[in-house]
Amino acid sequence: MEENWKCLSELSWLIPGLPLLGFVLVGLGRRWLGEKLSGWLATLLVGGAAGLAVATAWTYFGYFGIGGKGPTVVAWSLPWVSYQELLKVSVGVLIDPLSLMLMVVVTGVSTLVHLYSLGYMAGDSGFSRYFAFLNLFTFSMLGLVIAPNLLQMFVFWELVGASSFFLIGFYYTKPSAVAASKKAFIVTRFADLGFLLGILLLAYYGFLMFQDLDSLQSGAYTSAGLQVLDFEYLTSLAVVNRFMELQGGTVLTVALVLLFMGAAGKSAMFPLHIWLPDAMEGPTPVSALIHAATMVVAGVYLVARLFPLFAGSPSALELVMVVGAFTSLFAASIACTQDDIKRILAFSTLSQLGYMMLALGVASPAFPLGFTASTFHLFTHAFFKALLFLGAGSVIHAVHSNNIWDMGGLAKKMPFTHAFFLIATLAIAGIPPFAGFYSKDEILLAALTSGHTWVFGIGLLVAGLTAFYMFRLYWVTFIRPPSSKAAEHAHESPWLMIVPMNVLAILSVVAGWVHFDDYVNSGFQYMVDHDSRVPLLASGAAVIGIGWSAVLYLGQKVKATAVARAAGALYRLIKRKFYVDEIYQFVTHQVIFRFIASPVAWFDRQVVDGLMNLSAAATRAMGVGLRTLQTGQIQTYSLWFIMGGMLVIFSIWITFYPY
Amino acid sequence: MGILSVLVFLPLLTAFIVVLVPEQKWQRIRWICLASTALHLLLTALMTWRFWAAAGQNVTVDRKSLLTEVYLTEKFTWFERFGVDYYLGVDGMSVAMMILTSIIIFTGVLASWEVENRTKEFFALLFVLVTGVFGVFVSFDLFLFFVFYEVAVLPMYLLIGVWGTGPKEYSAMKLTLMLMVGSALILAGILAVYHYAGITTFDLIQLSQVQYPVDMQTWVFPLFFFGFGVLGALFPFHTWSPDGHASAPTAVSMLHAGVLMKLGGYGILRVGVYLLPEGAIQWALGLMVLTTINIIYGAFGAIRQKDLKYFTAYSSVSHCGFVLFGICTLNLMGMKGAVLQMFSHGIMTGLFFALIGMVYGRTHTRMIPEMGGLAKVMPWLAVCFYIGGLASLGLPGLSGFVAESHVFLGGFFGNQWFDAGVTRALTVIATMSVVVTAVYVLRGLAQAFQGPIVDHEFEHLTDAKWFEKFSTGTLIVALFVVGLVPWFLTDMIETSVYPILNRILQAGTLVGSN
Repeated sequence: MEENWKCLSELSWLIPGLPLLGFVLVGLGRRWLGEKLSGWLATLLVGGAAGLAVATAWTYFGYFGIGGKGPTVVAWSLPWVSYQELLKVSVGVLIDPLSLMLMVVVTGVSTLVHLYSLGYMAGDSGFSRYFAFLNLFTFSMLGLVIAPNLLQMFVFWELVGASSFFLIGFYYTKPSAVAASKKAFIVTRFADLGFLLGILLLAYYGFLMFQDLDSLQSGAYTSAGLQVLDFEYLTSLAVVNRFMELQGGTVLTVALVLLFMGAAGKSAMFPLHIWLPDAMEGPTPVSALIHAATMVVAGVYLVARLFPLFAGSPSALELVMVVGAFTSLFAASIACTQDDIKRILAFSTLSQLGYMMLALGVASPAFPLGFTASTFHLFTHAFFKALLFLGAGSVIHAVHSNNIWDMGGLAKKMPFTHAFFLIATLAIAGIPPFAGFYSKDEILLAALTSGHTWVFGIGLLVAGLTAFYMFRLYWVTFIRPPSSKAAEHAHESPWLMIVPMNVLAILSVVAGWVHFDDYVNSGFQYMVDHDSRVPLLASGAAVIGIGWSAVLYLGQKVKATAVARAAGALYRLIKRKFYVDEIYQFVTHQVIFRFIASPVAWFDRQVVDGLMNLSAAATRAMGVGLRTLQTGQIQTYSLWFIMGGMLVIFSIWITFYPY
Repeated sequence: MGILSVLVFLPLLTAFIVVLVPEQKWQRIRWICLASTALHLLLTALMTWRFWAAAGQNVTVDRKSLLTEVYLTEKFTWFERFGVDYYLGVDGMSVAMMILTSIIIFTGVLASWEVENRTKEFFALLFVLVTGVFGVFVSFDLFLFFVFYEVAVLPMYLLIGVWGTGPKEYSAMKLTLMLMVGSALILAGILAVYHYAGITTFDLIQLSQVQYPVDMQTWVFPLFFFGFGVLGALFPFHTWSPDGHASAPTAVSMLHAGVLMKLGGYGILRVGVYLLPEGAIQWALGLMVLTTINIIYGAFGAIRQKDLKYFTAYSSVSHCGFVLFGICTLNLMGMKGAVLQMFSHGIMTGLFFALIGMVYGRTHTRMIPEMGGLAKVMPWLAVCFYIGGLASLGLPGLSGFVAESHVFLGGFFGNQWFDAGVTRALTVIATMSVVVTAVYVLRGLAQAFQGPIVDHEFEHLTDAKWFEKFSTGTLIVALFVVGLVPWFLTDMIETSVYPILNRILQAGTLVGSN
């Protein structure tokens, strides 16, 4: 086992390396490779990475055992930038249970999405370009996951943003896709400003402490090769304690809130969520991979990664909890009113991400269950949400519309897609024994046992809403009679799309059966009394949601319209997504562009440059003025000469006249 | 004759040869120029290698040194009476700038492959200018430095005035006059230093060993800062840049924005801060405010621009702000970042202007709203534009991020003389520019390259030709190299920043004891 582990950890750089190789090969050589070959090459390389990731996880847990908190190993590293002495940054591969879990999820889902895309994207003019970017994304996401330090995480954080930008704008001749890609990049970029400032703060104070702590521990840090921005250093007990003492913990809280701003941007928390629904303009497999299973959980991952630091600042954790809880409820309510199948799923993703965040927020050293619950939900959600998107892609592929009211009756026409979609729907709704039930149950339990009763209440409400809107989607798409020609003539998708969905369907069931806490945990000791009321309440809420949606949407006439009409203004408010987009639009265009950018441009041309031109004009005017003296007439000159001479004589006379 | 003299005078020699070629054989000229620049690139590589061979062992020593270690020196007496020497040499900073210049001029020749109007005169002037630029980077004698500085600035007038577009005479005049005012300030500064030193020499290293009176430093330092700052696009003396760059022909914009603007930052560090560290300490905090305005103001100014060249010029104002901002932090990371940013911005903006020239050559318009969907017909150029754009908004993996992260860290760490709250607040404001940059870069590029094709005449346009691909490809490789393996540059720059830093620290203790 030890030999296996040694060998695999030395090869760990290949996990991100293979997709990078794929990107370079397919990106540069797509003309020579041709479409088929470049697609399969990209898929195989990511598949290889997935194999390696699974093998590494297997040997890791085999070698170090399960049950406790597994050790953190930096398996490979290379110096990158040296800012100054004691402030150097390396790139490397960090292996611990959390990163392993995400490696497996990212490579696994990515491989399946690659396979699916081979079918879904067939015939598209940008086929090879698509696969190159998909590989680039996979590489960047893996680089983020394995980052041993905050700066590497930021580097890849930006790179996933860029690859997401390229993939959302994949159909670059379509104005809405272009707008969506821009919006996604700029909104997350704005959030990343917080991330960057957080890094600056941690770097500065971490740097100040480094030398001190190092000498206190007789050079333990430097001899271990630790660097200021390393997670291992930043989350070590000594550093956390120092930060808690520093100005009464204010610095820590500010830094964490700033970092959380970055996390909230990537994970699309309110009010930085506006980019995610628009991001659905990208090809559907991209939405499944990037905007459901992997990239959007990066924010959750960041908070989890820095959890020991967050644990040192209760107010930062409180913020995480509040934002998470609010987002989950907010997004769930919007999801109930949307008609675009992908947007419904996007809001559902928002809501589930909020769930993960709130779970982290309720966690604390005394009640660390939320940490495990959150990562557990991240794990299960990746499978069923990816499956939901792939299913939606399959449906869109068949019906050529995103609007659920153009669909209907697809259960018979597309039996496989239907079966898989139903499994995923049951999983997200939280029906036992599907995966979502277990992780959701754990989150609710964490909220309740840590004493956040109102968060528990919101969680239950969201669970009910989730079941409601997911089954609304399910009834209308699959069960209600077909409502368009396209839906009547829909066909099942090719096997290349079915097989990956099948794998995900299996995972959406069994992923919940893992005793997750044995693998990924925060390392804090705790005891939990399993409250049997929680699973009952949770599944009860789900059943109520399903029942209610059946009542409203399964009848001959859709009763929901009547409900919507009764709700009136409230319904419109929710349907228009609480007008958040419009507010942003107003602020950027009417305030920033109109009252900052335009005046700056004007000021520069008119005032600053005007002053320059004015000085030039003044010089010229002076020249013109002086020129009139130079008349060339001897009479004028002699006149001036005589007058000047008289002035001189007069002044001398005045000065020396003896009074 | 040492390698540095060869490097400096090879372009001048090329200019002479070009003049001798008969006018009707103008195609031959560009081959001569290409060969010359390629040779230049090779020689620069050789020079870099020799520099490393000589400097490699000294890296550890340099950390404490107050004296800039000059390598590959060539020194002859020129005017003995005034103590003027022909003194060439390099340190890490100048090697970095030499590499930058070689790359830019090489790609610049390729980018102006199809200049047909007075080819001979164009290339001759261009190469005279290049000699000036190289001369500045290797001069360690202030007099020689100033001579080369003027040689670098003056041919611009003709290059823009004759081969430019739009209101070229106005722009050329404006650019030259504003830079001349800057030169006058620099000259005054140099003479002041010469006078106060009391030793009859213009040798920079010897001058640096003199302890200048504090009052003198207080009034001479701004002469250097503002004098060089005009060329470095310091707010509010940057307005020559949008007009000048917009009117200039492609290779001239590339060289000017890519290299000449770097003379500003280089001069401030090499002459201003190095000779007058106490003056720097007294002024830098106030100037930091000005440079912060530079950064954020340039970025906001770029949002509203419609002309691709104005767009890039305002973006340059913002990016050059980082150079000056980094210098004003007066610490290792900031100053190192400033030099890195010079390099990074040089490549980036060279790429931008090359691309704009290529796109303009096809569409005959530079107005962004008139373009649209160009990615479909010119994918190569579009991809290059996007890579350049991503570098300019500081995407990690490309050169911009390395430089900007240095500058941000430098600003945030501050120094012992400035109020930490103020420097941090300024840094926070400066970091906001990364968002604004993302806004204008993505808006501009999306409008020009994405979406449906607006003008049907554009449907028949062709993508980049071989020389265009070669030119842009080289620049992109440079962007990636600096972004991915920055240490070869950072280490080199670090060795030359240490003496400057140590002088500041020493001056700081003197200021403290007063």
